[in-house]
Amino acid sequence: MAAVDKASETTLRNAFGNVLSFFILLLIGVLAFSIRLFSVIKYESVIHEFDPYFNYRVTQFLTKNGIYDFWNWFDDRTWYPLGRVIGGTVYPGLTLTAGTIWWLLNSLNIPLSVETVCVFTAPIFSAFASWATYLLTKEVKGTGAGLTAAVLLAMVPSYISRSVAGSYDNEAVAIFALIFTFYLYIKTLNTGSLFYATLNAVAYFYMVCSWGGYTFIINLIPMHVLLCIVTGRYSSRLYIAYAPLVVLGTLLAALVPVVGFNAVMTSEHFASFLVFIVIHVVALVHYIKGVLSAKMFKVAVTLVVSVGLVVCIAAVAVLVALVASSPTKGWSGRSLSLLDPTYASKYIPIIASVSEHQPPTWPSYFMDINVLAFLVPAGIISCFLPLSDASSFVILYIVTSVYFSGVMVRLMLVLAPAACIMSGIALSQSFDVFTRSIKFQLFGVPGNSKVDAGDTSSDSSVAENDGAKPDKREDTLKERPSRKNKKKEKEQVEKIHVDKTSIKSKKEKKLLVLPVEASLIALILLVFLGAFYVVHCVWAAAEAYSAPSIVLTSYSNDGLHVFDDFREAYGWLSHNTDVDDKVASWWDYGYQTTAMANRTVIVDNNTWNNTHIATVGTAMSSPEKAAWEIFNSLDVKYVLVVFGGLVGYPSDDINKFLWMVRIGGGVFPHIKEPDYLRDGQYRIDSQATPTMLNCLMYKLSYYRFVETDGKGFDRVRRTEIGKKYFKLTHFEEVR
Amino acid sequence: MGVLLIPRLTLTLTIISLFIFLSRSSSQEILINNAERRIDLSTHIVKVFFTLKVENIGTNAVSEILLAFPPTQADHLAFVEALATTGKRKKKTYVPLVVKPTELPDAPNETKYFSISLVNPLNSGDTTTLEVLYVFTHSLEPFPMEISQSESQLVYYRDSALILSPYHIKQQTTFIKTPTTKVESFTRLDPTNRAGTEMKYGPYEDQPPYSYSPIIVHCENNNPFAVVEELVREVEISHWGSIQITEHYKLVHAGARHKGIFSRVEYQSRPSFSGVSSFKHLLARLPPRVHSVYYRDEIGNISSSHLRTDSQKSDLEIEPRYPLFGGWKATFIIGYGVPLQDFLFESPDGRRYLNFTFGCPLAESVVDKLTIKVVLPEGSKDPSAVVTFPVEQHLETKYSYLDVVGRTVVVLEKKNVVPMHNTVFQVYYTFNPIFMLAEPLMLTSVFFLFFVACVAYLHIDLSIRK
Repeated sequence: MAAVDKASETTLRNAFGNVLSFFILLLIGVLAFSIRLFSVIKYESVIHEFDPYFNYRVTQFLTKNGIYDFWNWFDDRTWYPLGRVIGGTVYPGLTLTAGTIWWLLNSLNIPLSVETVCVFTAPIFSAFASWATYLLTKEVKGTGAGLTAAVLLAMVPSYISRSVAGSYDNEAVAIFALIFTFYLYIKTLNTGSLFYATLNAVAYFYMVCSWGGYTFIINLIPMHVLLCIVTGRYSSRLYIAYAPLVVLGTLLAALVPVVGFNAVMTSEHFASFLVFIVIHVVALVHYIKGVLSAKMFKVAVTLVVSVGLVVCIAAVAVLVALVASSPTKGWSGRSLSLLDPTYASKYIPIIASVSEHQPPTWPSYFMDINVLAFLVPAGIISCFLPLSDASSFVILYIVTSVYFSGVMVRLMLVLAPAACIMSGIALSQSFDVFTRSIKFQLFGVPGNSKVDAGDTSSDSSVAENDGAKPDKREDTLKERPSRKNKKKEKEQVEKIHVDKTSIKSKKEKKLLVLPVEASLIALILLVFLGAFYVVHCVWAAAEAYSAPSIVLTSYSNDGLHVFDDFREAYGWLSHNTDVDDKVASWWDYGYQTTAMANRTVIVDNNTWNNTHIATVGTAMSSPEKAAWEIFNSLDVKYVLVVFGGLVGYPSDDINKFLWMVRIGGGVFPHIKEPDYLRDGQYRIDSQATPTMLNCLMYKLSYYRFVETDGKGFDRVRRTEIGKKYFKLTHFEEVR
Repeated sequence: MGVLLIPRLTLTLTIISLFIFLSRSSSQEILINNAERRIDLSTHIVKVFFTLKVENIGTNAVSEILLAFPPTQADHLAFVEALATTGKRKKKTYVPLVVKPTELPDAPNETKYFSISLVNPLNSGDTTTLEVLYVFTHSLEPFPMEISQSESQLVYYRDSALILSPYHIKQQTTFIKTPTTKVESFTRLDPTNRAGTEMKYGPYEDQPPYSYSPIIVHCENNNPFAVVEELVREVEISHWGSIQITEHYKLVHAGARHKGIFSRVEYQSRPSFSGVSSFKHLLARLPPRVHSVYYRDEIGNISSSHLRTDSQKSDLEIEPRYPLFGGWKATFIIGYGVPLQDFLFESPDGRRYLNFTFGCPLAESVVDKLTIKVVLPEGSKDPSAVVTFPVEQHLETKYSYLDVVGRTVVVLEKKNVVPMHNTVFQVYYTFNPIFMLAEPLMLTSVFFLFFVACVAYLHIDLSIRK
């Protein structure tokens, strides 16, 4: 009778726990969505930055013309006169996602505009991402850690920076896809279910559709598999988790036009195939080991190893020769710059010129992941206690992503989920320890299993014992066909564990018990830490990352000032120039010009043709006549120059000018960087070189600048300009 | 067949000639004793105030007076209004009269006519005074066609010094008011005087019917030539308490085209000399008690606007993204909501009607093509629109939030709209309030079914293997 009571009580507790965590998850979703709305509330519902404008334009095309035209879309509005095949060169995941949402809403007669859907795609997917984080962390360390990690991810500034409302970029959906793929991998690894393995391949497909960062998955998972094999953790579950992913995943990835045969041809994917071979060898060895007797097995090993070594060496030699024959060793420029951080600055200035491809500074770590940086080590330690397949994966994930984030600022985004998972584990485990020791001290030794088994969720107690009894776990896992049975089974498993652990746990818990005062203080400090994190995140979301960058605001004595000059220029171009006019500008403004002004541009943010960009760079750094000749040969009618010297807008074209010189000089050697520098310094005042003072960019920017204040004082460079009175001979000012 | 046709044709011809004879006789029965015309050129909308003293010198009573316009003017004629004055001096009262276009078969040089129907037929020997206001758009032709930033805009106005009329006019005078004192040239037809901003042609005595003497006035006009090429106003009625209005503008500066460079420095530092014909402010007069006003275009919010509200009206001052020079275009959207009870009423027969302003809220602007779409709530029936002047009407269906059968849209279209068209119009329809609950009920039932499905799924074991 008492046993039945206890059992029903536990089910009730479990049910309450489930409902509670469901509502917590719902609130986390709301939090993740609403913290990203600062940009809409403070500014407006508008697409941000540069790349999102391209994605927006592609989505508009998709919704207007349908999916088939989208795949075959040749865009003649950009890269004039070359054009660009959009359907084959974009990652279509984001556009297809937003397009589907739009189509769904419109078929329900909810007339939201494409723009609105695009603006809110990122916040919606960040809610999904935090749920995926919950699932992943739950697989690793139980529900408590999962919820904590989900909360942390919902407001981690690094992710907010890429997913505020309006930031309609690939990363917005890709981070969700990344975490979800990892979750399904861990889930397959824990259950050994082929169903999840198939889902995993589909999730991987979605990731491939969404972002070039999918190579991270297809390298990290093989690394983990290899790690498991090397550390002797090979199991059939590992095989099921990996082999279908590689086969199905690669097939699916090859369906995406932008990836295509790259899925089997480039070096980024070789690791997965190599590990695929290795895991089959290991599986074979395991099988043979089971079939043969120990003695026979030894003989077989020596035979196979000696023959196999020769074959392997031959194969590797062929592979190396193949790879080495290509100039970039089969790696794309961006991947190479990841492996060798100095590569880009040496060979590809165009990659180095993007600020988000620079290595981050220490403050940016604090800015982007804040207190998580301190919690991560604790999380790693807790993942080692005990080490399971899942936790070793998470450790591998954090280690690699820390390295990548150290190479490129923008990959901080990949680090953020890992840091959140680790910190979630750390926070939840330390809370666990502190509350348990308080309980233990205040209420004495727990008489029955209720206190500890109820609080630390059943999964985590399973996970704790996972390291000790992996075989036992596998058996219980196999007997989980249906959900209902599973529930019952769980209870049984729990009971068994409780029985078994009740003796052992006493021993364990004695070790973990801390004095009440210490635990209380530690708890309060942890809460403070969490509060600080929340405050920082809200600040970051509200102040640092919500500006759409096409509208600038500044506060002064007489109130708010809005600088809407970008859209003014684009609006003018769109209404008052001929439909087929060509606009030349530095490539940063290419996407915005095509999307907002609907005019043909010479170069844009998809920097696929270095020579073309160099041509524009050369024109900008040439004297007026030479520049006119270059632009005339490209049918350019308007040149767009962004100048912020009057209002103090620092990221204008004069500050980007050295990159134009460098990129231009990389292809056209008559442009030499030293000609524009006085004693190695970049200056625009009277000390500047004559080449600098006569180049087109200087002239266009400072044309009649002196008439504004009489002196020609540049507020960005904080200096008076060098050449004040001059006339334009080949160009006219129109705006 | 052909044989049969000919007699009928001759019959028709006789009828027509009879009609001509009748109308001829009527035109000879009317004499205009005194005509005074004041042409106001101060904006780009040409307003003509025309006062006629009419006498019936025939034998029969006359109930219609004709106005004649040369075809070039008739194309640009946007609005005609006639008032009959009764009483003397201070006790003058004005009675609005019906004006409608008519055709006369023997019109010389394709002259177009409008007929004014008098309230009381004019008996033989009686006189009456008529006040006529008519408005032309696109009648000021910029010359030179292209000007640079520092020049001011000059325009041609073409008209006749003598009033075109099918009647004999005893005495007539024409005053032309120019926007500034700067007049490049004007045609003289003595007696012609010019003083300040006013030119006087006449008085001319005893001009026979259809007298015409073309004149050209070449004067400065730097007023904003704001022309809305296309305006679509969507009025969406929600019986939950609000009317939402969305207006899509395609604005153009219809003055002399801008030529050469645009210098921002010059434009900002010397506003009185530079870009005088350009404009950057526009004033939209919105109804009182507007809420949630927005002003944006396809690439986002336009941050330069001010809204001032009081109990009588709301003034929305908007600036396009850039100052508009001649020939430059801009598109934008203004949207706002107004409380339902201010504009929706119930008529005695139980039908509901919307009482709303026609025309364009922008002050002093011409709309080339105006479309008003009144979106009635889902489930409303028998829509009909009442407008005081002729408009094109048709019905459409629009699907909005969660609609199943769609909403009826009454579409009213009119070309060449001027501020004088800002009068009220009505749209009548019948509506059963029960339809208001359709969408909430739909949502509730969907959610209910969803939860039922969830509960069912959780309680059914779908596994094959037990």
